[in-house]
Amino acid sequence: MAATEHAPAGYEKYHVPDSSSLAVRATVGLILTVFGAGLLLNDMTFGETHESGNAKWVLAAGLVFFIFTLASWFRTTIRENMQGMNSAQLNHSYVLGMFWFIFSEVMFFFAFFGTLFYVRQLAGPWLAGEGDGGRMNGLLWPGFEFSWPPTITPQEAVGGTDIQPIANNGAFLTQERSMSFADAHHWYQWLPMWNTIILLSSSFTVHVAHTALLKDQRSKFNLWLGITVALGIIFVGLQAAEYYEAYVLFGLTLNSGIYGSTFFMLTGFHGFHVFMGMTMLLIQLLRSVRGHHFTASDHFGFEASSWYWHFVDVVWVFLFLFVYIL
Amino acid sequence: MGDHHHGPAKGLSRWLFTTNHKDIGTMYLWFSFAMFILGGTFAMIIRAELFQPGMQLVEPGFFNQMTTLHGLVMVFGAIMPSFVGLANWLIPMMIGAPDMALPRMNNWSFWILPPGFLMLASTLFMEGGAPAFGWTFYAPLSTTYAAPSVTFFIFAIHVLGISSIMGSINIIATIMNMRAPGMTYMKMPLFVWTWFITAFLLVAVMPVLAGAVTMMLMDIHFGTSFFSAAGGGDPVLFQHIFWFFGHPEVYIIILPAFGVVSQVIPAFSRKPLFGYASMVYATAAIAILSFVVWAHHMYTVGMPVAGELFFMYATMLIAVPTGVKVFNWVSTMWRGSLSFETPMLFSIGFLVLFTIGGFTGLMLSIAPADFQYHDTYFVVAHFHYVMVAGAVFSMTSAVYFWLPKWTGRMYNETMGKVHFWISFVGFNVTFFPQHFVGLAGMPRRVPDYALQFADFNMMSSIGAFVYGASQIMFLYNVIATIVSGEKVSDEQVWDGAEGLEWTLPTPAPYHTFEVPPKIEATPAHG
Repeated sequence: MAATEHAPAGYEKYHVPDSSSLAVRATVGLILTVFGAGLLLNDMTFGETHESGNAKWVLAAGLVFFIFTLASWFRTTIRENMQGMNSAQLNHSYVLGMFWFIFSEVMFFFAFFGTLFYVRQLAGPWLAGEGDGGRMNGLLWPGFEFSWPPTITPQEAVGGTDIQPIANNGAFLTQERSMSFADAHHWYQWLPMWNTIILLSSSFTVHVAHTALLKDQRSKFNLWLGITVALGIIFVGLQAAEYYEAYVLFGLTLNSGIYGSTFFMLTGFHGFHVFMGMTMLLIQLLRSVRGHHFTASDHFGFEASSWYWHFVDVVWVFLFLFVYIL
Repeated sequence: MGDHHHGPAKGLSRWLFTTNHKDIGTMYLWFSFAMFILGGTFAMIIRAELFQPGMQLVEPGFFNQMTTLHGLVMVFGAIMPSFVGLANWLIPMMIGAPDMALPRMNNWSFWILPPGFLMLASTLFMEGGAPAFGWTFYAPLSTTYAAPSVTFFIFAIHVLGISSIMGSINIIATIMNMRAPGMTYMKMPLFVWTWFITAFLLVAVMPVLAGAVTMMLMDIHFGTSFFSAAGGGDPVLFQHIFWFFGHPEVYIIILPAFGVVSQVIPAFSRKPLFGYASMVYATAAIAILSFVVWAHHMYTVGMPVAGELFFMYATMLIAVPTGVKVFNWVSTMWRGSLSFETPMLFSIGFLVLFTIGGFTGLMLSIAPADFQYHDTYFVVAHFHYVMVAGAVFSMTSAVYFWLPKWTGRMYNETMGKVHFWISFVGFNVTFFPQHFVGLAGMPRRVPDYALQFADFNMMSSIGAFVYGASQIMFLYNVIATIVSGEKVSDEQVWDGAEGLEWTLPTPAPYHTFEVPPKIEATPAHG
């Protein structure tokens, strides 16, 4: 085809990158990571006491390789953009990519929130004898009363692992105190409230930073982005403190039945996402401070990170409502 | 780089490092065919064991590993990647785009698949054997009672999920952002539309599957009790989460197949597709409904009656948009100038057999009747009518239809037609009798059966061997075409085919539409 003949006026060519080893390198990193993790977990759960210690090295090598590959991948895309290879259309592909990636994350959390609602509204009351299967559950788990946060597991209700008639796969001991507002003694000692204040403020500070960037105010942008990152670090620190409190003081662990399961998985995955978002924003801060990247009209790396940050913030609002308060 | 793109790189690095949608599409197609052969081998072992009643060839535990891996490999390794390969090849050519929107990520979504499946297949050689809990991996079979290899199964699912999500995001970005000027949404070929909607389904439900396997991982290794009643969880919860993914998943498999048939039937009827707009709306309706019908897989698990009724009626509603589609395909052929080349034969085979699978699905949707059919061979027959005669037939149709455009060579028509008829007969001999044994009460996933099912089972096994063998003929035909097929230089290839891909030279050059084509102002659909 004689290409230029058809080109509409003002058409910028869509840059299709040359062949690249990034994908294969990232594959090696990812596969080593999951394979090492699988070996490590199986050693932990099914292994002999003196298992050979190779698994953790496979995992570590995979993670290092993966992280370095991702870093070099992002560096490549940043350089391409700074060399002016990206048309407006190509930039829009990145926008769409980030948007639908965040949507997929929303659906991941949806699975865990759905689990929480299902257990609280349906499975819990059924186990305590309500509904069509109530009589059967009454026979299997006599004496189990359901409440949220739970005060007893069905296993404890019947008298422990040895006595329960079915589903004998571990000991589940209810926590002494839960993280719920109902169990909090003093509101000002209640960490989730402080975490809520911190995370909501950080959504505001990242917005202020964005506004400053749009007006080309570099130092104001750096300042407010720095504050956002600091708030993110404080959040993760408080979350760690909360876990310490749970494990050491409240007897709330992953083995505390369905309350512990949902609590740690929801807050844990959220905390991990906060850590990811904080890392992303920190990288944008370093780019701005050290490399003077970003202009008022071209700052997608920052913008995408801030979308991600708002997303973890919204997830927290739901967590705060459904895990801690209601 | 620069203005002049050259041809592909030489040697292995072309395939490892490529960013070209045609190369990546080709790799997806070959990989999925390899998985089709692997999953087919597992099926042959299953049918050989079931050839006669009594235990003949394999241990019951190994039989369970075969049914499990057959399902997993066929769904995640053969059917899904084959349609992603088709999407890679065709979507940019159909919408006038130079490539996929995010080419390097495209390569990554392919390359994590082979090691992911290697990890899954390697579980066969692990202590305790491969996963043996069925492709639906219900807890507690997959948690409390699973072999240690389940950990690698879980990570394999994560890897395949990552691949699917990245592939889908790429397809969404391509369709939303890369259409040539004038290629409005309602001018897109139906194959593009069906993939667009499929990609949304994938991005919505693959993360939910990731959540399900993550909960399994935690239950197995970290003492959580998501699926254990003793801790206040519920094994039925697993089924809800799984089928919240699993039901949209079956539409993920069949919607691109609908798209293929909607390209092939008009081409060989020499008429525009009947009811283009209603096809688009019906596809969207099926996708939306697919989110509210999942529990029809679980009627017998002990749900409240209100739940059973809701899921029953919602499921039956899906028959309406599906009926619209079947009606439109038939109406497209009505008074058309029909010819019956191999792609058309496979598409008509699809139309007839998929409709049968749809009707048995309607039977299964009736909750009280399902109490009789549940977990019998009737269900096996039903979903093989939609998976094999639906998805695989349409995929085969697609390969014959576009192979000349891809390779510049024509396949052997006679051999293609023989392949179709052997497939068609072999398929029906395999699966039609399974309706009867199922209705009479033969349970699925069991290596032995009562004597009264012997004749029909032997028939099924013979049919399966015939169908399996006919795929070797398909492979031979494709390779012979690539190596020494008769050259085609006509851009159009098929005189009735419509769409931008048929305006490109044959074979399609390495880079196409580097500058967007001009789209005619008149609507492409009648």
